[in-house]
Amino acid sequence: MAIPIEAVELHRPGPRPRRVLPGFGLTLGYTMVYLSLLVLIPLSAVFIRSLDLGWGHFWAVVTAPRVIASLRLSFGASLIAALINSIFGLNVAWVLVRYTFPGKRLADAMVDLPFALPTAVAGIALTALYAPSGWLGLWLRSFGINVAFTPLGVVVALTFIGLPFVVRTLQPVLEDLDREVEQAAATLGATAGQAFLRVTLPALWPALLTGFALSFARAVGEYGSVIFIAGNMPMKSEIAPLLIVTKLEQYDYAGATAIAVVMLVLSFAIMLGINALQHWALSRHGGR
Amino acid sequence: MGAADVRGAGHSGAPGRLLLMTGALLFLALFLVLPLLVVFAQALAKGAGAYFAAISDPMAWAAVKLTLTVAAIAVPCNLVFGVTAAWAIAKFEFRGKSTLITLIDLPFAVSPVIAGLVFILLFGSHGWFGGYLRLHHIRVIFAVPGIVLATIFVTFPFIARELIPVMQAQGREDEETALSLGATGWQTFWRVTLPNIRWGLLYGVLLCNARAMGEFGAVSVVSGHVRGLTNTMPLHVEILYNEYNYSAAFAVASLLALLALITLAGKSFLEWRQPELRRAAAPAHDRTRREKT
Repeated sequence: MAIPIEAVELHRPGPRPRRVLPGFGLTLGYTMVYLSLLVLIPLSAVFIRSLDLGWGHFWAVVTAPRVIASLRLSFGASLIAALINSIFGLNVAWVLVRYTFPGKRLADAMVDLPFALPTAVAGIALTALYAPSGWLGLWLRSFGINVAFTPLGVVVALTFIGLPFVVRTLQPVLEDLDREVEQAAATLGATAGQAFLRVTLPALWPALLTGFALSFARAVGEYGSVIFIAGNMPMKSEIAPLLIVTKLEQYDYAGATAIAVVMLVLSFAIMLGINALQHWALSRHGGR
Repeated sequence: MGAADVRGAGHSGAPGRLLLMTGALLFLALFLVLPLLVVFAQALAKGAGAYFAAISDPMAWAAVKLTLTVAAIAVPCNLVFGVTAAWAIAKFEFRGKSTLITLIDLPFAVSPVIAGLVFILLFGSHGWFGGYLRLHHIRVIFAVPGIVLATIFVTFPFIARELIPVMQAQGREDEETALSLGATGWQTFWRVTLPNIRWGLLYGVLLCNARAMGEFGAVSVVSGHVRGLTNTMPLHVEILYNEYNYSAAFAVASLLALLALITLAGKSFLEWRQPELRRAAAPAHDRTRREKT
């Protein structure tokens, strides 16, 4: 280049321009337009349309016994599934990070199967497995346990769906964990159990909560994998998303919208609550 | 802790290890391996002849074609969005950035059924634009455009959320150097940025595509289930299953299961090429935590 760099620097008045790279306006603008058109405006439609109902009608729809029962099942079964996933997810993440065994890479890759397998396929597979004549159903029936077409089936499907979340949030944290702290606890006389409970677990709490929350949130809205195994009996094994579909099929758009609003508000509230809890856990245990 | 507890601790010891290994592997076998095996077992239950008859059925082919078409539209749309959003978020500082990231993640927190419902409220016969669309004889709901819209909604965050951390990790120096050497903005993007992020891009496309081809709930709400016209593969599986045509349902399902296995293999390959991708895939909250440490 002809002009020496020093000359350019000398002749530039004022401070360096803040944005050297081009395209800020274009990319942010496109992002906002695309986001608004495809997500924000459509989602706000649910809230605005529910206003048409009027408070009295809205309240009557969402407090109908069948709706309450479906919401209780959706949130209750999701809670149980997320708890199961937290316990076994921690177990799986621990084994994948700390131990070496043949087939470990394969097991690790398989953890993501619920992300990759279409939910309808998972649904019919789990149903075939747990139906009274299925591989597991037949065996469980000899103990008098019915999984398919009961609320237990809903829990099984939701556990499958939420399985990767806890494992994948815990793995990187476990990998980074300073094992010297555990060893120090051991030299100070802690048993393996004590070292885990008092040293390792506190450091894992934020990640465990995140995994739990993600698994729970995914389970609450899940539809495809559940409807095959649930049996879908009103008041018993009918999940809230299915009730929305049922109302839509009856052209009851107002009813469907009302349930959708309740589900959206409840899941956003729970996510916010868990976020707050996580901030609290981070501020207590975050700095290692 | 008392002095009586002083055992050779720290390592959980052989019994503890055995217990944890058994627990983890049983859990994975029960929830991952068995469901996958049962798909293929049921698909081939009536023999290879029935299997190939089921997957070469014209209705099955129509479903395969529609699924491929929908993914071929939805994935590129979200790819362009993902790259632009990641460029704005990773390369610049601006107010409201974390709110923007949260909003991009929003579709993950919404039930797929509600994702379908929102488009019915907008474009259905009683929707905001229903009258206009009817007047101009445009069908969105119970037609392909609705399926595409619902698919874009549920796969919306995938590519953006993979690319943002990848681009953030790359920093701005490479681009700034290219620009100072006289490259235009586009040249910089195509020759510097894109090669830098190619593995992350592929990773996002892979995950986005798997969800786009497999989406059930959202698509089911807007499709209207017209055989041969608005049935995607997952919807076709449902119809066959509800007709008690189990072996055919599982035969089509086995194709989707194969897609899932290919996706997992591709994902593992990309993670082996670029180990940071594993970390990038960790959820957003965890990511911010990691940046602080």
